[in-house]
Amino acid sequence: MEQATASTESTTQSYTLKVRRFKPEEGEGPYWQEFEVELDPTLSVLDGLLQARDREDGSLSVRCSCRAAICGSCGVKINGNSTLACLTQIGEAHEGANRLDGGSKPIVVEPMGNMPVVKDLVTDMESTHWEKVRRVTPWLLDDGDPPERERIVPPESMVDITQTIACIQCGACVSSCLSMEVDPDFIGPAALAKAYRFVGDPRDVESRERLYDLAQDPHGIYDCTHCFSCVDACPKGVAPMDQIMRLRRAAGDEEGIDDANNGRRHEKAFTKIIEKKGTLDEALLLQESYAAGVKGKLMPKPAAIKGLVGSLPTAVRGMRTGKMRSLPKLIPGIHPKLPGDAQRHVKGIYAHAEEHHTELNLYITGEEDVEPEPDEEELSQPEASSGPKENE
Amino acid sequence: MPSHDVLVIGAGLAGQRAALAAAEEGVSVGIVSKVHPVRSHSNAAQGGINAALQEGDTWESHAFDTIKGSDYLGDQDAIAIMCREAPEEILHLEHLGVPFHRNEQGKLGTRAFGGASAARTYYVADITGQAIMHVLYEQLMKHSALVDRYEEYFTTSLVLDGDGNCVGAVLRNVLDGSMELFEAKNVILATGGNGQAWQPTTNALICTGDGIAMAYRAGARLMDMEMIQYHPTTLARKGFLITEGARGEGAHLLNASGERFMERYAPNKMELASRDVVSRAEQTEINEGRGFPDGTVALDITVVPRKRIHEALREIVLVGRDFAGVDITREPIRIKPGNHYTMGGVKTDVHGATGVPGLYAAGECACVSVHGGNRLGANSLLDTLIFGRRAGQHAANRAKGVAATRPSISVLNDARAMVDSIVARERGSGPRVSELRRELGQTMDRFVAVFRDEAGVTDALETVKRLQEQAAGAYIDDRGTVFNQDLLGALELGYMLDNAECACVGALHRTESRGAQYRTDFPERNDDEWLKHIDLKLNGDGPEIAYSDVTITDWQPMERTY
Repeated sequence: MEQATASTESTTQSYTLKVRRFKPEEGEGPYWQEFEVELDPTLSVLDGLLQARDREDGSLSVRCSCRAAICGSCGVKINGNSTLACLTQIGEAHEGANRLDGGSKPIVVEPMGNMPVVKDLVTDMESTHWEKVRRVTPWLLDDGDPPERERIVPPESMVDITQTIACIQCGACVSSCLSMEVDPDFIGPAALAKAYRFVGDPRDVESRERLYDLAQDPHGIYDCTHCFSCVDACPKGVAPMDQIMRLRRAAGDEEGIDDANNGRRHEKAFTKIIEKKGTLDEALLLQESYAAGVKGKLMPKPAAIKGLVGSLPTAVRGMRTGKMRSLPKLIPGIHPKLPGDAQRHVKGIYAHAEEHHTELNLYITGEEDVEPEPDEEELSQPEASSGPKENE
Repeated sequence: MPSHDVLVIGAGLAGQRAALAAAEEGVSVGIVSKVHPVRSHSNAAQGGINAALQEGDTWESHAFDTIKGSDYLGDQDAIAIMCREAPEEILHLEHLGVPFHRNEQGKLGTRAFGGASAARTYYVADITGQAIMHVLYEQLMKHSALVDRYEEYFTTSLVLDGDGNCVGAVLRNVLDGSMELFEAKNVILATGGNGQAWQPTTNALICTGDGIAMAYRAGARLMDMEMIQYHPTTLARKGFLITEGARGEGAHLLNASGERFMERYAPNKMELASRDVVSRAEQTEINEGRGFPDGTVALDITVVPRKRIHEALREIVLVGRDFAGVDITREPIRIKPGNHYTMGGVKTDVHGATGVPGLYAAGECACVSVHGGNRLGANSLLDTLIFGRRAGQHAANRAKGVAATRPSISVLNDARAMVDSIVARERGSGPRVSELRRELGQTMDRFVAVFRDEAGVTDALETVKRLQEQAAGAYIDDRGTVFNQDLLGALELGYMLDNAECACVGALHRTESRGAQYRTDFPERNDDEWLKHIDLKLNGDGPEIAYSDVTITDWQPMERTY
């Protein structure tokens, strides 16, 4: 018995994939190769790669399995952005490659960044990702005495850690991480998000020890520069940077961990100065970070002096390269405040943040049941109409 | 030569659970996977895991639902074990750290699922399989001193000694192409299903029936290979899965004129009848012209409150948005039945043991049989965990009583020669592996799907046999050793063809309709002649057919209505 076949409308189009290839056995460096593929624009870049492999060159290597963004195998860079090949529609990738001039430049596919390349699009995730995951003691540390039934926990706590459980370990965030580019030892967005999965789990009894460990590590939570790259790259809305910030709040505000990296004090100084002045007084920042509250009186502790002196080369480099142009700016306290009205807005933002101290978590917040009327929807502010948007 | 008391092949839920259980018994354990373990297809199990753990629910009720769902082809002793041990397994997972959904009291909460008489499905949003698998992998990392992991190692063959005992396997390290003989007192196959032999399928590209084929080649029996589940809600072109949890949350199925057609097929359970029933209903609507022109019907999730959709069906929101361009919270999504699950597989007893001493199987590659002719939603995760654990424990205890046998090096040499011969085939000298793979998938989806008949399945079987001949001369492009996926594709094609051949033989032979096997030329269930398993054993070139009894304990076969 033959199954009734569907009359699928075919809207096949031609695309060019420019793939960065590397064959370790041939003793030559990486090179570019272009493949012409024909696909419906709604199919994925992975479908394109597989078509090239099937029809043209079976030696083209890319890890892949589920095709549906759940196995995390096919992390690559497409037009320079770290993502999953299966999650990127080839039509959109083509548009992305030609956003500026609407031409017909090829879709550029490269292996992920911050990782050694094994072959073609296959990278070594063991040394750059899994080793770091193992660094955060990635298993539940319970009291060793499980109850007869389940542990009773607040329902929202399980929903909360489900955001990090949703991580598929694809490495896109690691690939995009700017801090890791500078400090390859940085534990990194994926492993730290994994750490939050335990810190946020009420069943874990060593959260404080975990936080202490991650705060004190010079490559730990304070090594993140808050650049949002991982949030952009993550295909599952895990928002690794948000998880790192939650670890920081838990370490600094809740546990009061005063880390040797001066991370917490630096962060506090940063927010305090902006609240006060509206923009960042960098000279004051340095001093406030190492000797908070002392301001111009200059009575820092020995450790702070050491830190300040240690920061001098950075300041000198800044002047030499012309990045820091105004000498008076080096004098703490001279940096001007924003004009009155602008300053009021900044204070407003702080007040709003204080009032809305809910964690930004897609699983908890979801969206309201009531669907706004279409016209209402158009008029209302994006923030007011619904919960937080997915990260894309 | 690496040597283990227990070597587990496959690192999805069944494999990881088996490895952990064996390690707890204090024996030396290795676990092998052709992909990194967290890439395994257990990830894709969205909806949840069944257990009669709620007050008022009983394991007997769970067992009856499973037996009825199986169309009475499931073995009732095995089903009773699975359902009795389910609650303890759920609690074990909770204790390991799986963040199961909680009710307002903070206790484990459930959702409804198809074919079940109570809401007994435990879940983590709609990433239940992923959540459990990642937690088990955490445990593997924790117990790295007890379990050696061989990640990205492809198994080319099992090794038997002169007496027919399984004593190891030949593995290829995908990273560098080196091939090695592994000595093992016991081998547990946990390699998953064979969905890739059908196109489209909800299954991942790695689901190529490797373990089923290797066991078959090693002389183990396969059972009920014709029982292939078509899932009622898959995306039309790509075959991606929309969880049954959507219907569990209240979503409706509609035909093109907006009629909730399940009223005519399963007036009581409606959309939550068992999967074979719902898939047949959909396919009937489509075949009789009441579907959409693209060969689909609609799944309307908009009837579920939006907040609930975002909490409980978030993955489906993403699948709809990213792969179908549909906001499922606002409009219905087009779906159709699609290849999903291998109910048959390597025949085992309730300890996972096959007929080959030292060889075990667990999870989707095994056929205990707890699913019979049709698997209930949220019973597959349970199957992997219960029988993975039991196989791990039994193999570990067996290891304590047998001496290691050094496998013959000739097996390794044979495997190397086989690989070399594939690599040596000249480009253009035959068909491409990918061409054969495509023809196989299309053939199986056309003829061995929701509805079958003698002519169609015969056609499919002939095609499969021709493809087997062609595969012997199919060439690949990659001559390298590092990450040669081209070569693995050729080996996987061979595995899939064995799986497909056995599925066709079973489907042709079973001249009745039961569970997933619906023969339009034999539309009735025939308990007098066919309340039995079809066992297939390799003899010469093809499968030899035998029968075994279905174990019936407390539940006599009845007419099946939903």
